[in-house]
Amino acid sequence: MNAPANLAAPIALIAELTHRCPLSCGYCSNPLELERASAELDTATWSRVFAEAADMGVLHLHLTGGEPMSRRDLPLLIRAASGAGLYTNLITSGVTLDDNALAKLVEAGVDHVQLSFQDSLAGSADRIGGYRGGHARKLAAAARIVASGLPLTANFVVHRGNLDRIADILALGEDLGASRIEIAHVQYHGWAMLNRAALMPTLAQLEAATAAVTAARARLAGRVVIDYVVPDYFAARPKACMGGWGQRIINVSPTGLAMPCHAAASLPDLVFPSVRERSLTEIWTGSNVFAMFRAPAFAPESCRGCERLEIDWGGCRCQAHALTGDAARADPACALSPDHGLVVAALAEARADEVVPRRMAVS
Amino acid sequence: MIDSSAVPRLKPGVKFRFDRSRDAWVLLAPERLFMPDEIAVEVLKLVDGVRAVSSIVDELAVAFKAPRDVIETDVLAMLDDLRGKGALAA
Repeated sequence: MNAPANLAAPIALIAELTHRCPLSCGYCSNPLELERASAELDTATWSRVFAEAADMGVLHLHLTGGEPMSRRDLPLLIRAASGAGLYTNLITSGVTLDDNALAKLVEAGVDHVQLSFQDSLAGSADRIGGYRGGHARKLAAAARIVASGLPLTANFVVHRGNLDRIADILALGEDLGASRIEIAHVQYHGWAMLNRAALMPTLAQLEAATAAVTAARARLAGRVVIDYVVPDYFAARPKACMGGWGQRIINVSPTGLAMPCHAAASLPDLVFPSVRERSLTEIWTGSNVFAMFRAPAFAPESCRGCERLEIDWGGCRCQAHALTGDAARADPACALSPDHGLVVAALAEARADEVVPRRMAVS
Repeated sequence: MIDSSAVPRLKPGVKFRFDRSRDAWVLLAPERLFMPDEIAVEVLKLVDGVRAVSSIVDELAVAFKAPRDVIETDVLAMLDDLRGKGALAA
């Protein structure tokens, strides 16, 4: 398959530097089988990939994982990215972000830090993340980041177990001095799917949360940006998969596999191209897996003729696969999908239950 | 609403740069990308944390030989929009 002549360059590269992580959140969206440290790309290869990304028109680089700070060469990687001209965003749990570590990241040229939080209450946060004392470390990390002058995003992953504290969570984000707060409902990919029933919020929780965010946005307008979207299972309409499969984002796994999104590893029978063997540009313009679900050539059968097709392109391919077994079907999150009953059934299964912590099984 | 005496500046972590591959100016913010239109580009070139809105308007009125009040309305609206999106302080 050839790329369309007017194919635009991706705007962002998501670099999953490692699957290693000191936390064990039950909502982890990484695959059930994780990659070993010994299989990870080395410093030189990542640096080459960052240079290729900048050359092809990528603007934002998101360094994520796992925990990217598990990589000892993180300052070198940031220096390479920054030197190539990429806007470098570090997405971290912050539990190892001490003064020394932060100074090295700042010196290397990091542009922005997104720090994840599990709750506003320390005890609950530490339980969810499976890391005793983690919340206190995150608070200290946030204070360091703000004091350094770097912009901070406070990211809160919300679900049935913490959503009742949404007002406190928003207040914590404000108190931390974040310039941006992200309230991210759990997405049921990877490990999180195992815990779907226990993580799924109630409709009452969701409505209260949406109202709290709306009020906070009005209160903090011009000072703090709040990112929040109604989660798929409640939304009636799906979301464009990463801005459209193979349209805006390229994701590289810890071992160097290039994918349209990090959850795509869950799709069976796809052979992802490796950045060890091909350049990012070759992959973006020439790879079959990037082309196979790329609009406008591709549209799920039941979406053809829909007036919303060019808004959401039929939704998330990985969610379609996870729920129906077929990645080419319409995302069942769409109320118009023939499979929407699967989402309705999942909502009915939601219950208060123990969340199974992430385990670090490796492939 | 921003007024004409305000001194706008880009917030920390916001970068206004020319992107060669798109042949366009871009405004990069934390996990946000803005593609300013031609007028916004001319305004942003003058946002330096020193000039007040009124002097930005003066310069643009001369450069584009346009009525000052029209320029002022456009500049204030554009800056206010970017402030609401978290890219700018004033």
